[in-house]
Amino acid sequence: MSEATARKMSDDLLRPLLQTSWRFYLLVAFLGAIVLTGLCTWAYQVYMGFGMTGINMPIYWAFYITNFVFWIGISHAGTLISAILRLVNAGWRRPVTRCAEVITAFALMIGALFPIIHLGRPWLFFWLTPYPSNRMIWPNFRSPLVWDFFAISTYLTGSVLFLVLPMIPDFALVRDRTAGVRRKVYGVLALGWQGTPRQWHRLESAMQIMAIAIIPVAVSVHTIVSFDFSMAPVPMWHSTMFGPYFVAGAIFSGIAGLIIAMAALRKFLHLEDYLHPIHFQNLGKLLLMMSLLWTYFVFAERLTIWYGNESAEVRVLRVTQKGSFAPLYWTMVVCNFVVPFTILSLRRLRTIAGCVIASFCVCIGMWLERFLIVVPSLGHKYLPYTWGQYRPRPVEIIITIATFAAMTLLYTLFSKFVPIISIWELKVGEHAVHEARLQRAEHAIGEARP
Amino acid sequence: MSAIYGLYATPQAAQHAVDGLRAAGIGDARITIMSSEPFEEHEFAQRDRATWMGWIALGGAIVGLTFATWLTRMTELAWPLPTGNMPIVAWWPNLIVMFELTMLGGILAAVATMLVAASLPRRRPAFYDTAVGEGRILVGVENPTDAAVVERALSAAGVDVRRL
Repeated sequence: MSEATARKMSDDLLRPLLQTSWRFYLLVAFLGAIVLTGLCTWAYQVYMGFGMTGINMPIYWAFYITNFVFWIGISHAGTLISAILRLVNAGWRRPVTRCAEVITAFALMIGALFPIIHLGRPWLFFWLTPYPSNRMIWPNFRSPLVWDFFAISTYLTGSVLFLVLPMIPDFALVRDRTAGVRRKVYGVLALGWQGTPRQWHRLESAMQIMAIAIIPVAVSVHTIVSFDFSMAPVPMWHSTMFGPYFVAGAIFSGIAGLIIAMAALRKFLHLEDYLHPIHFQNLGKLLLMMSLLWTYFVFAERLTIWYGNESAEVRVLRVTQKGSFAPLYWTMVVCNFVVPFTILSLRRLRTIAGCVIASFCVCIGMWLERFLIVVPSLGHKYLPYTWGQYRPRPVEIIITIATFAAMTLLYTLFSKFVPIISIWELKVGEHAVHEARLQRAEHAIGEARP
Repeated sequence: MSAIYGLYATPQAAQHAVDGLRAAGIGDARITIMSSEPFEEHEFAQRDRATWMGWIALGGAIVGLTFATWLTRMTELAWPLPTGNMPIVAWWPNLIVMFELTMLGGILAAVATMLVAASLPRRRPAFYDTAVGEGRILVGVENPTDAAVVERALSAAGVDVRRL
């Protein structure tokens, strides 16, 4: 790789950090206003009480827990995919990994907020943490809700470290190319990085170990989220396949979220030279595979319940497929299977635009899937006198919209202050390609000699 | 602190400079190399590779497992609340907490080892040149006792030698 190529790479990827257009401020103001509206609505809910929501007996979990499961699922885009691609040394991962890891960190933070938003007295959320009170009453470690605390905090800690460690050399790069306050701030963030062989080896060893450790943690997180449901004797929840079903769904929605984020970055930060159509095509193939896997799980689950013919479970099955939830159910099927399968299985349609359309559909479909897991089962338990219905109220809808705005806002701010593509990893990839080309040329010259 | 160093545009030139310094009798421990990317495929970047990080991470994981075992068991015995017909010390659910804290212990130990072994964080690099950020590879010697020899070896690759 020539010096000019390396410099162009650094210039292109540092441009968003060093130049700010009015569009950025406009976008931040717009998203900030929505987030502020969401915060005010939450404050209103806390002040007025939980009666402001549509949550009532017997449906105690609804929009908020749907959002919780959805965002934890979206978080599987980043660290898990990045760790797998790092371990198998997939060359095309380099421009993708940081875009993906950021999604994990922010989606986990937003997801973890929902159990707190769901509390009537959110200031007592620390009761979820394992601390000894003055009466020595500890949280019940046999409760799946406490498992959530451990799983999410471990995954969040690991994911943030997995994201931050490879950022250190890039912070050093920004430190070296800026002046004034920026130089000071990035100097602090670079932790005094020099780039000695010892530092590179330690960084790569740490990343390798973390990649190995984070994969089972990522799988465990969504399995444990599924345990919140499957440990309860509720129709269509109490299932042994909920763990892998949730993990597959999480990776599915996570890849869709990643494709949307990458397409937005490519368009608005002008990263066409780094995020190529091949990246979208490869992720599109992964999305297609996960779509088929998700369909297989849905089929296996539904067939088993229908064939078993246990009255309470069949009632929930019918209400989702033919009853009041049917429009949502069939929209989910179209969004999660029909559209992605049609678009992504045809090479001609597997373009950037095609992948983005499929991904939007998958995000909508996966949100509906979470909703259809939570609400119909709670509304149709074993005894008919406990049946009930649920309609979301404005506070829940506004808070839900605000969290999507919060995710976009956090992602926008991150890409403003941190190179969204790992510059040093990209250079390593370019070097590898360059060296391979040189070797091929030398080999060809050697063979051509008499 | 004083230093003599050269800034090289290509890893091949940097390798040439390192070889020159070795030929001049300067040991690897005294040669400083800095770059904005790892250059794994070149010999000069292979030094200081050996590490105990994997074993330390394993140790961290064992500490995490031990702590989780103690925490779950101790708290269940401290407040023996019968739940769902499970035993007071219920290993199946405890295994989940034990798994998470085991992995957390391993991750934290790996990161702590990385920071300590890479001498991070530090206030600002004592010996550094911002040209490294531009893609140049710095090869130099700190506190050289034989400056003329070092200078000759570094300039053999055709770069201007700098002094700190």
